[in-house]
Amino acid sequence: MNLTLKVWRQKNDKAKGQFVTIQAKDIADDMSFLEMLDIVNDDLTRKGEDPIYFDHDCREGICGMCSLVINGRPHGPMEGTTTCQLHMRSFHDGQTIVIEPWRAAAFPVLKDLAVDRTAFDRIQQAGGYVNVNTGGVPDANVIPIPKRIADEAFESATCIGCGACVAACKNASAMLFVSAKVSQFALLPQGQTERYERAQAMVDQMDAEGFGYCTNTGACEAECPVGIKLTNIARLNREYLGAKIFRQEDVHN
Amino acid sequence: MSSKSKPLLTSSLGKKLIMSLTGLFLCSFLLVHLIGNLQLFKDDEGYAFNNYAYFMTHFTPIKVVSYLLYASIIIHAVYALILTLKNKAARPIGYDKGSGNVNSKWNSRNMGILGTIVLVFLATHMQNFWFQYKFGTTPYVEYHTELATGNREIIASDNIPSNYDGYKTYVNNGVETIQTKDLYKQVAYTFQNPLIVLFYVIAMAALAFHLIHGFQSAFQTLGFNHRRYIGFIKGLGIWVFGVLVPLAFAAMPLYFYFKSL
Repeated sequence: MNLTLKVWRQKNDKAKGQFVTIQAKDIADDMSFLEMLDIVNDDLTRKGEDPIYFDHDCREGICGMCSLVINGRPHGPMEGTTTCQLHMRSFHDGQTIVIEPWRAAAFPVLKDLAVDRTAFDRIQQAGGYVNVNTGGVPDANVIPIPKRIADEAFESATCIGCGACVAACKNASAMLFVSAKVSQFALLPQGQTERYERAQAMVDQMDAEGFGYCTNTGACEAECPVGIKLTNIARLNREYLGAKIFRQEDVHN
Repeated sequence: MSSKSKPLLTSSLGKKLIMSLTGLFLCSFLLVHLIGNLQLFKDDEGYAFNNYAYFMTHFTPIKVVSYLLYASIIIHAVYALILTLKNKAARPIGYDKGSGNVNSKWNSRNMGILGTIVLVFLATHMQNFWFQYKFGTTPYVEYHTELATGNREIIASDNIPSNYDGYKTYVNNGVETIQTKDLYKQVAYTFQNPLIVLFYVIAMAALAFHLIHGFQSAFQTLGFNHRRYIGFIKGLGIWVFGVLVPLAFAAMPLYFYFKSL
């Protein structure tokens, strides 16, 4: 099939970007969306032009590196998939596809379709870890955890940190990401020691990065490629407000 | 992890907490206001409603709560503005192509517009009734009720007599006399204007969509979201605050308009 791509091109983080129309010819419908861009880039390179710069890594939906807002939807029109898992059979011959980077003040565009997502790394560094020596492999079932709780923590831990929640949110809020990262520890015994400090530290960092406020529209949940639920955001609200109102204590006072 | 963190009210979640609490307080006010105003439908020439209006404006605990209410409205609106400006700044360059209603509901994305309609309505509503009742001109009415038989004689006029010096109620020879400003008649007169009626109905539609999202959103912000009760909260938000309350309020101007024809 032949497609018309309307792609955001931007030389670097300082330059002013613009949409450029590029033709994609002879695209097979079993190609992934990223393979389609590879073909287009081959073509551009042969013509001596600058290829389209986009993020990608594992290409099997687990690393969270690929991004792209495709026709207004983060990771494209399919539900529960990343862009690398999106295939060209979801489009039809002659279609115009608009491809944009994640749009958020906290995710500045580096080049073309790639954005700087280190804001997520800094939030993670502010509290998304457990501060204990883990030692050797413990015996199974030494720490009893009900299956339901373990499952729920696992669901939260599936967040791949791709940033689709921020891209989908009308306020560019990072609440779904932060809530998943806080939840996975808040649910498990190993996370209890720093439970309330963690929620406060990660929310502070989230605010400092310039993400917007959550208005509970649910767009993040609808666009999340791994199905992180809004109940995580409610849990983060409980963790944070509970810490602030009832439990906040400073070590040295 | 640092043990020092920012104060609650400077954080994003703290500001959201304020939106949530003021919003829920305003929801509870709506219920009280609605139940009281149902007396407008009583066919007693405003006897019950006018006494209720006097009670609501002169009973001290209710006066205290009413100041809390005015403060809540202002805080809710001001914080909405602060949050919206911050949210706009969080995405300086928008998308060329929006996702429309695919991943979120229209009303959840336009709470600001709906809220603004409700705020304009509130200003109009206060001017129509609260201001007129307190400082403006209203009609006047006297109820003479024979306590033994319940027979009532009504002396009404469109202007307040010059010797009127405030609400008065006394019993003399088994006849209860009440002299009061006639807010009921003021309501009836105001809703003879079809434009005002139309505006009230539109504002109630905006309120309905605002609350269908807002009520459950307030609980989500407080952290109440569990499969055991979330269905109840959402149902309450949609059917009571999104349907029943706005419909009952909208029925009041329509009732008086069609009664006047």
